[in-house]
Amino acid sequence: MAICRPMHRLLWISIVLAGCSSDDPCKGVSGKCIGVAAGASAQEAQKALIDVQPGQTVAFGEGTFDFRTDLSLTVDDVTIVGAGMAKTILSFKNQTDGAQGLLVMANGFSIRDLAIEDTPGDALKVLGADGVTMERVRAEWTRGPDSNNGGYGLYPVQCHNVVLDGNVVKGASDSGVYIGQSDMILVTNNDVELNVAGIEIENSMHADVHDNKATQNTGGILVFNLPNLQVENGAGTRVFANDVFDNNTVNFAPSGNIVGLVPTGTGIAVLAAHQVEIFGNMVHDHKSVNIGVISYVPTGIAVTDTSYDQYPTAIYIHDNDLAGTSDAPTGMLGAALISALGELYPAGPFIVPDIAWDGVLDPARVYTADDKICIQNNTYADPTREFIDLAWPLGDATKPTVDMAPHDCSHPPLPGVTL
Amino acid sequence: VKYAVAAVLATLTSGVCACGDNLSVTCGVEGAMCARLSSWNLDGAIPYDVNTPLFSDYTTKDRAIVLPEGTSATWADVDAFDLPVGSILVKTFGYLRDRRDPSQGERLLETRLLVHGSAGWHGASYVYDADGRDAELAVAGATIPATWIHDDGSVRTNDYLVPNANQCKSCHAEHDEMSTPLGIKARHLNDGDQLQQLVDLGAVTGAPPRASWPHIPNAFDPNAGTLDERARGWLDINCGHCHNPGGLARTTGLYLDITETDPTRLGACKPPVATGPASAGLQYDLVPGDPDSSILVVRISSTLPAVKMPQLGRNLVQDEAVALIREWVTAMPGSCAK
Repeated sequence: MAICRPMHRLLWISIVLAGCSSDDPCKGVSGKCIGVAAGASAQEAQKALIDVQPGQTVAFGEGTFDFRTDLSLTVDDVTIVGAGMAKTILSFKNQTDGAQGLLVMANGFSIRDLAIEDTPGDALKVLGADGVTMERVRAEWTRGPDSNNGGYGLYPVQCHNVVLDGNVVKGASDSGVYIGQSDMILVTNNDVELNVAGIEIENSMHADVHDNKATQNTGGILVFNLPNLQVENGAGTRVFANDVFDNNTVNFAPSGNIVGLVPTGTGIAVLAAHQVEIFGNMVHDHKSVNIGVISYVPTGIAVTDTSYDQYPTAIYIHDNDLAGTSDAPTGMLGAALISALGELYPAGPFIVPDIAWDGVLDPARVYTADDKICIQNNTYADPTREFIDLAWPLGDATKPTVDMAPHDCSHPPLPGVTL
Repeated sequence: VKYAVAAVLATLTSGVCACGDNLSVTCGVEGAMCARLSSWNLDGAIPYDVNTPLFSDYTTKDRAIVLPEGTSATWADVDAFDLPVGSILVKTFGYLRDRRDPSQGERLLETRLLVHGSAGWHGASYVYDADGRDAELAVAGATIPATWIHDDGSVRTNDYLVPNANQCKSCHAEHDEMSTPLGIKARHLNDGDQLQQLVDLGAVTGAPPRASWPHIPNAFDPNAGTLDERARGWLDINCGHCHNPGGLARTTGLYLDITETDPTRLGACKPPVATGPASAGLQYDLVPGDPDSSILVVRISSTLPAVKMPQLGRNLVQDEAVALIREWVTAMPGSCAK
């Protein structure tokens, strides 16, 4: 396969004769299109993103683009396309200005078939848009896991009607796919590897996360609610039919970020989220825990935000295939797991059950059946180590337990997301 | 009228507008701008200054407001004054050749125009020719290598960045992604008799009694206000246009505009949300009494693209501001949980 990039002049000419560089980036695009050929500077690409009109396409050609500054788009209903996530590479490794690779503040945004590599900050951020589609986009930090990598790969925040399908994200020092403070979300068929968090749904409403592959991250799939934000108390996330396995990459998030608390070797984690249904997933081989459900309390961070509910409710974990031996939990939460296991099994072995809950309840809430954490019909790695209630913090009257009977319940299926 | 404003006005009045009437800088199409900036008659432009400017890599800034004849700006207590359609804000950036001796003149870099069209505000920047006489529209921005002699006598350099049209929008999208002017606010203009003169001139109408006018002091004059007033004023003009509940950084939950009063939303003991590597391993945006443990201090002290704050329009560290904010954090009462 010929790759178009500046080479020795004679060689370059021969490639032109072979018909590669002469390819119009807009070839095959229907409707009005502005082509940006490989070799273009960030300034030239930026001009295309300013000149483009609603309904039109900006097409990046095959080849590697060396962008020194960030790009931004503020025109509604624009599509950005490339020739494929292996062929059109927007490289930001020499970036000296701009907090992300591409910043979009426009409705009706679509991007597909290209790669964004090595941004010092986030790769692709979309702020406040109604209508976001990312398909077959690769966001990658090519040096692999490193705490100096940018935080987020694909990052829609405060968006509505979001579709992320068939993307690949590798190396993010926070989350590969990160959906924040958004509503009506489909995250499907993505491949997330070597990130701290593979996929994170944070402070969001109505999300379907299915048929993704999450492996070699620190944590595979996270559903988190955090305080001090404009959109809080996210609810209504379905996580199903995902392959989540071997997420044991040592947590490389810079300290201070909430994902820095995710124990290395976490499959699926729920933090203070509501109405989360986790079902039909394959969750295998995690050193800390396959599925964890916790409140915000063990973070030890004082909450001054009175509108934030820091306790998870209405969680339903069922019909998952859980396997592997979790015998090396890490970090602060891992230490809590070890302590609880120590109380239950003084002689060991300190193997973490497949599903762990911190056991922290809201002292101000009268819990009803609707609020419960329900666990049913999963297949477990070890029938003696299915579940643990950590009774965090240890030391008060409540003791840790592996009794799952209080959680033998179900919730009505959550409605699916249809856009 | 300061030197550079006079120079700009001389430039602007040197020809006849090729694509519009005297005060119309659009070229027939809403939002389109004239290609060159040598052609407008800006007679009637009113120069103005702000108490504490947004830091722009040690450039000088000369500002003027142009109101359509017979119109005026309408007072607002907090937000920018309401300027009528057809208003133009002009800001020219330059480097003094020697900051210790302004009489040696300056090199003009760019003039930014913010135009109030019928569909809202839009901006453009014009980059000066080498002789500083005419300027060319730079929709996609530009980089200008510059050298000057700094306050301490040292030779300083900067690859000065002229913003592209989208970057104009990023900073000026103060509320809900609608572009608005930033400096034309009572608290920034209320300096000596300047605002009174604008009122007397009829350029601003609807002002309440002068005793109630808000005021932000010169952040770097210890006699101009308390430490808290000076620090909050600096944060307001440098950070508040993004870090407010309607701004570009609204998703962070960190609000630094002058109206914010909640300590957590101002950053005290607030864990970061989407900071990524810019946390520098620290736990909170601000730790009272401990500037070295405060992410905000790290970020205003950095020049790395993914770390530095503000994100746009700053390559260099404003040393005086870092010192001010450090002093403010040091004096802040309270402490954070470990």
